[in-house]
Amino acid sequence: MPEPKQTPLAARHEELGGRMVDFAGWYMPVQFTGIIDEHNTVRTKAGLFDLGHMGQVDVRGKDALAFLQYVTTNDVSTLNPGQAQYAMLLLPTGCPIDDIIVYRRPAGDGFFVVVNASNAERDIAWMQQKAAERSDFEVSVEDVSPVTGMFAIQGPLAEAILQRITEADLSQVEYFSAIETTVDQVPCMVARTGYTGEDGFEVYCPIEQVQTLWDKVLEVGQADGLRPIGLGARDTLRLEAKMALYGNELSEEITPLEVGLSWAVKLDKGDFIGRDALVKQKTEGITRRLVGFKMVERGGVPRSHYDVQVDGKTVGFVTSGTSSPTLGQNIGLALIDKSYAGVGKPLQIMIRGKAVGAEQIRTPFYKRAE
Amino acid sequence: MTEIPAGLYFTKSHEWAKVNGDVATLGVSDFAQNELGDITYLELPEPGTTITQGEPLGVIESVKAASDIYTALSGEVLETNQDVVDSPELVNSSPYDKAWLVKIRLSDPSEVNNLMDSEKYTTFAAEQSGH
Repeated sequence: MPEPKQTPLAARHEELGGRMVDFAGWYMPVQFTGIIDEHNTVRTKAGLFDLGHMGQVDVRGKDALAFLQYVTTNDVSTLNPGQAQYAMLLLPTGCPIDDIIVYRRPAGDGFFVVVNASNAERDIAWMQQKAAERSDFEVSVEDVSPVTGMFAIQGPLAEAILQRITEADLSQVEYFSAIETTVDQVPCMVARTGYTGEDGFEVYCPIEQVQTLWDKVLEVGQADGLRPIGLGARDTLRLEAKMALYGNELSEEITPLEVGLSWAVKLDKGDFIGRDALVKQKTEGITRRLVGFKMVERGGVPRSHYDVQVDGKTVGFVTSGTSSPTLGQNIGLALIDKSYAGVGKPLQIMIRGKAVGAEQIRTPFYKRAE
Repeated sequence: MTEIPAGLYFTKSHEWAKVNGDVATLGVSDFAQNELGDITYLELPEPGTTITQGEPLGVIESVKAASDIYTALSGEVLETNQDVVDSPELVNSSPYDKAWLVKIRLSDPSEVNNLMDSEKYTTFAAEQSGH
């Protein structure tokens, strides 16, 4: 095993008491004070996340838009400067190699794509390969991860805290939009996006400034209860908000249409990689559906890849499961045969060989008060 | 700092045993609860069950993951701690006291020779947390 890579904040996490693990080849904190405590901090106050392991790609050139239309699922032509959208990179099979965020840069000079740590190298190679194959596209695909710092501040107090050191008026930044501004005098791109189900921001800065900015944000937010948050709570937060995780809800064996992500797949925008397979699947009928459930019997916590049964017959599998800190219940998402899907309908989750009763419930499991 | 009371026996998988005559109380160590994180579920054997040293005693689940708990000493389960089954977070707050898991009648008291005493476990736990 190669040594895990470190973000510029690794030493900070150790100083702050982070329990460090190897995640997707990166040396990252899984928790600081504890997953439930950190989860509740984000739901009630604000949390700070090191996202230095994620990948960033600059897509520029005359045909950057046409290229992104070809390699991503969403309709990039609808983006005004400063707007962002959720999308996927698909294989020709219609299954994703990753889910991504595409930003049209606030100044209008090209696009900025954020990809998952676990898939970054492959995604970037994939995009560069597709750009090379299509010589009709005048486009450059540049991996800017090595020079890009990234962190997130999430929670009901995120805006108030970040505003203290941000030049621009953050109240004017809409959801899934970004601005170029300065944070503590450092030029940054600040986006109202996140992966927690709370209001909040993701901040992109020059990588050599990320440590100073992290310290400054923690300092100005400390009195409000701002705390660093590890990957453990990041997962429970995103699951309560029913945000997909690559490797769980998304994989090379699952299409976006099966897991409720058709809103991010614009089949009518023109040709793109994977489109034909999805059109075919849609025509033939989608046979599986992603459903939410809660355990109604004792027997343990549902976990990814546990079998799901109905009356002794396997009808699918759990994609993600946890003890929900907000609900105080064991919950999960499962990809099941569509004919068994429906709010209120029963499922049995196979936990250590035993069928444990569950009931399908509405998702998201958690939605913040507006 | 990991808390390690004197007078207990420990496994390499971080369970403890407190022996009193031919009865022993079993639990998981402070080191274990700290490694596992927030405990949310416990599965323990019913009274009357025969358990064997080194074999799984039950299952402990944290928010993160499910793990086996191993049996420190062989015997027959006399009592299962229903309080900790109902409130698994006691394992985090009181691993050696309120979160005892089972009381057993020992079938072979000499098995303690296969375990570490508190002093040896202190060294062992320090080594474990070093990596």
